[in-house]
Amino acid sequence: MSTEESSQEKGYLDMDLLRFTTAGSVDDGKSTLIGRLMYDSKAIFEDQLESIENTSKQRGDEHVNLALLTDGLRAEREQGITIDVAYRYFATPRRKFIIADTPGHIQYTRNMVTGASTANLAIILVDARKGVIEQTCRHSFIANLLRIQHVVIAVNKMDLVDWSEDTFNKIKEDFQKFASRLDNIVEISFIPISALKGDNVVEKSENMTWYQGPTLLYHLETLYVGPDANHIDSRLPVQWVIRPHSDEYHDFRGYAGRVAGGVFKPGDDVVVYPSGFEAKVKALHTADGELEEAYSPLSISMTLDREIDISRGDMIAKPNNPPSVGQDIDAMICWFSDKPLNPRGKFVIRHCAKEAKALIRDVKYKVDINTLHKIEGDNEFKLNDIGRITIRTAAPLCYDSYKRNRVTGSFVLVDAFTNETVAAGMIR
Amino acid sequence: MQDYSVTHLKQLESEAIYILRETAAQFERPVLLFSGGKDSIVMTHLAMKAFWPAKIPFPLLHVDTGHNFPETIQYRDDLVAKLGANLVVGSVEEAIKDGRVVEEKGPNASRNMLQIQTLLDALEDGQYDAALGGARRDEEKARAKERFFSHRDEFGQWDPKNQRPELWNIFNGRMAQGEHFRVFPLSNWTEMDVWQYMKYENIELPSLYYAHERETVTRNGTILAVSEFVEPREGETVEVKQIRFRTMGDATITGAVESDADTMDKIIEEVAAARQTERGNRADDKRSESAMEDRKKAGYF
Ligand SMILES: Nc1nc2c(ncn2[C@@H]2O[C@H](COP(=O)(O)OP(=O)(O)O)[C@@H](O)[C@H]2O)c(=O)[nH]1
Ligand SMILES: [Mg+2]
Repeated sequence: MSTEESSQEKGYLDMDLLRFTTAGSVDDGKSTLIGRLMYDSKAIFEDQLESIENTSKQRGDEHVNLALLTDGLRAEREQGITIDVAYRYFATPRRKFIIADTPGHIQYTRNMVTGASTANLAIILVDARKGVIEQTCRHSFIANLLRIQHVVIAVNKMDLVDWSEDTFNKIKEDFQKFASRLDNIVEISFIPISALKGDNVVEKSENMTWYQGPTLLYHLETLYVGPDANHIDSRLPVQWVIRPHSDEYHDFRGYAGRVAGGVFKPGDDVVVYPSGFEAKVKALHTADGELEEAYSPLSISMTLDREIDISRGDMIAKPNNPPSVGQDIDAMICWFSDKPLNPRGKFVIRHCAKEAKALIRDVKYKVDINTLHKIEGDNEFKLNDIGRITIRTAAPLCYDSYKRNRVTGSFVLVDAFTNETVAAGMIR
Repeated sequence: MQDYSVTHLKQLESEAIYILRETAAQFERPVLLFSGGKDSIVMTHLAMKAFWPAKIPFPLLHVDTGHNFPETIQYRDDLVAKLGANLVVGSVEEAIKDGRVVEEKGPNASRNMLQIQTLLDALEDGQYDAALGGARRDEEKARAKERFFSHRDEFGQWDPKNQRPELWNIFNGRMAQGEHFRVFPLSNWTEMDVWQYMKYENIELPSLYYAHERETVTRNGTILAVSEFVEPREGETVEVKQIRFRTMGDATITGAVESDADTMDKIIEEVAAARQTERGNRADDKRSESAMEDRKKAGYF
């Protein structure tokens, strides 16, 4: 094998991952932009291209409609709109990307929340002709609420405003005024683009020489995204107990899970919550051998130096910075169901590997996500409403605040009768 | 400070193991669908890792169309023996004999649709409440919208417009009597990831994946291996070609590609340079633009 080959290969195996989500109103050009990113970075195959060329022709579209690449379901193709979250994948020699393409209709806010929950970065599209609108604020608010630390404001359709620098600057100013209230976002970039024509998406625009910044793809490829995980508070939510029942591993009891924070090493003192039992880490196992240390997001199994009763839903942590343990949870939620929240309804909460019955204790307030103000006097949660509630759970949860840990600080509420997932929650 | 970064392949592995463990924990009777294809081979390998040193705590289910390459069956039996796993076989052949399904007629008949019924029957017979599949979202447009935990009603159908939202790494596997779930641990993997991972993990594959010489016919632009199930028709000529398979399925519809990639490294090079998706040469997807979506709604993987 030549040196060049082996370095390429190392490149692939060493590549890191950026997950991002797109947001914007209907027709701002999200699907076209994703199609463009994939097309220009050569992630589109010939047969896919052929198939959308045919469909575009049939529909009488003027250009090959790149949006058809992501608008997967029949209803979407017929109505020409995106109705669900679609996941897309592409890679450049620098990075792998996972995109959550989420629809912009108001009634689908829940999909944006879903896409945002696993993203490190959000691209929010703004139509250059319309500027910053209610939806822009709504989407930025959600990105902030879900703790996405990097945001790109992509000012699209610059071709329709004569590539005007003034228009771009005005949008930037308007957004910055609003953004001062978004406390979780670490970094915001503004990029003028035309998704349709390709300007500043992958190739630098020749129509906007006044813009000195990077193209969108270059920005996505080179942005430093610090480890999302919290490496201070050690957390192992126990998913499953491995008991081989074989002669060779007769006494083996491995507590299997995906590390949700901090670092574990053999010999560490640990405490099991909620029981409070103490032990030392004996070893950290994987099928490939024992690890010297385990950290997020690795899936491992842990053995301890003594036998204690541990089962699914328990949390293994270190004694110096334990999780909160309790049955009263104060959280921001986003309501996902067509049926409004019934404060006397029966719910099941899913948090890490724990499942417990839950009741709504109190609805504190809802938030107007356009102004970020509390809404007075209307506490009925309807589809897409966001606000603060308190919950009482039938068994104790071991948790952190969402600000501190996205894994141990998040939960969903499930309707105990329909089994639907009805709310997403972020613990305060 | 120490660098705790985790490469994307390790992240994908870790995520898949997490999903496999959730499946074992949340369901009473999960089953892993083993097709003999590379994705199900990787999924089985990940299941081995997820529960090591214990055995995989659920059986492997193979829906046998009766149109298999012998290499696939040999490979399956060897793997099952090596893992000490439990194998269940659902046979399309028997379903036809029992009159539960009727074979398609005509020149482009395939057993793909029959596979759906046989699969649903096998799931019902075994009272399985979760079926693990190796499908990936990058394979096809309708699959791009699949969840990790995909709910199926009591008829085994998928309702793409009414899917449960999936947030963070929380998966809701609650269901009513008679319903079940499809679970896809490789959702976030691409074809390239699968190949790179197999190489990294030294996973052995059936010989069909490597370039070899074989008698073929070319039908509707698809290269098919001549076998007892695919015989040359009028006007078709049998040609000996150097080919390999990119996916594994019913021998009557799985197209081969001309290739001289006879090692993992060469295959990876070829995949990187490919201009066609791996499903691009499957006759069943070509039937119409939403062929996959229709089959998925009916219970296909
Ligand atoms: N002129 C112009 N049209 C655009 C641009 N980007 C998207 N469009 C058009 O805007 C319409 C909506 O785009 P689409 O990608 O479906 O928007 P989505 O609803 O946000 O996914 C389509 O007709 C696109 O061709 C652009 O940069 N310039
Ligand atoms: Mg769209």
